[in-house]
Amino acid sequence: MVLGKGASSSLSMNKVDGAEEMVDNSNNFTVLVADDDPLIQKLHEMHLKKFGLKVQVVENGKKAVDLCHFGATFNLILIDKEMPVMDGAEATKELQAMGVNSLIVGVTSRDSPYEKQAFMEAGLDYCFEKPLTADKINFLLQELNKNN
Amino acid sequence: MERNRLQQEVACMRRSLFDQGYLEEQFIQLEELQDDANPNFVQEIVALFYTDSARLIQNIEQTLNSKPIDFSKLDDYMHQFKGSSSSIGAKKVTDECTVFREYCSAENAEGCIRTFQQVKQEYTILRRKLEVYFQMVRQAAVAHSA
Repeated sequence: MVLGKGASSSLSMNKVDGAEEMVDNSNNFTVLVADDDPLIQKLHEMHLKKFGLKVQVVENGKKAVDLCHFGATFNLILIDKEMPVMDGAEATKELQAMGVNSLIVGVTSRDSPYEKQAFMEAGLDYCFEKPLTADKINFLLQELNKNN
Repeated sequence: MERNRLQQEVACMRRSLFDQGYLEEQFIQLEELQDDANPNFVQEIVALFYTDSARLIQNIEQTLNSKPIDFSKLDDYMHQFKGSSSSIGAKKVTDECTVFREYCSAENAEGCIRTFQQVKQEYTILRRKLEVYFQMVRQAAVAHSA
């Protein structure tokens, strides 16, 4: 179920094996969005906030790494592949090397399976094609709820 | 009466943008994100699209005019443009970007130049239609609150 216009619920519905299941979004999940495109930053931030998530946005991989290096913690890191200064693949490797305890998800506009695979090999948990949709966010929330 | 007429005109224009293939599902996703706290969200996203597009069109033009043509750079720019246009559901623009990238992969300069004219044309048409549409949306909003 997609949250309707004007709604900002802590609960959303998701179909599991044909039955609808309530997904509890009210547990203060935090998300870091790393993308250099202001359009994608705004779009993803809005999408995520609609699901009750707390969002921080940075414009390159280095800022994402620095934030985590200086102690910021996030349940979910959504990371673009192509960014200036430090790209998504390099940032993901650094974050994994630091041992961050976050679900790290690539969000790329690259549609070739080869490029997605290369990005995954940097250490992503998942890789989605841009832009984020309600279905993808619901899926990630389910994963976050499982892990927590 | 005026309020209803304006709302009907807005709905009609919106429907035609989808029926004529200028917009697709992703635009509806943007509309669903808009709410009372962010009443201009769709227009703000579309404005960012225009900013992205202006920059990328200029970059693509410069790259097409350079000799030799750097097809890798060209593909990169058009890939960004395609990503941007698909983020707002600009279907015809996105489709032309796809065609362009095929010519780019084949390093077909003539095909790229020809298709780029199509990309720009579709972008210009969409931009004009959206500007009219959002102007009508704003007028209807003013009439509604009067």
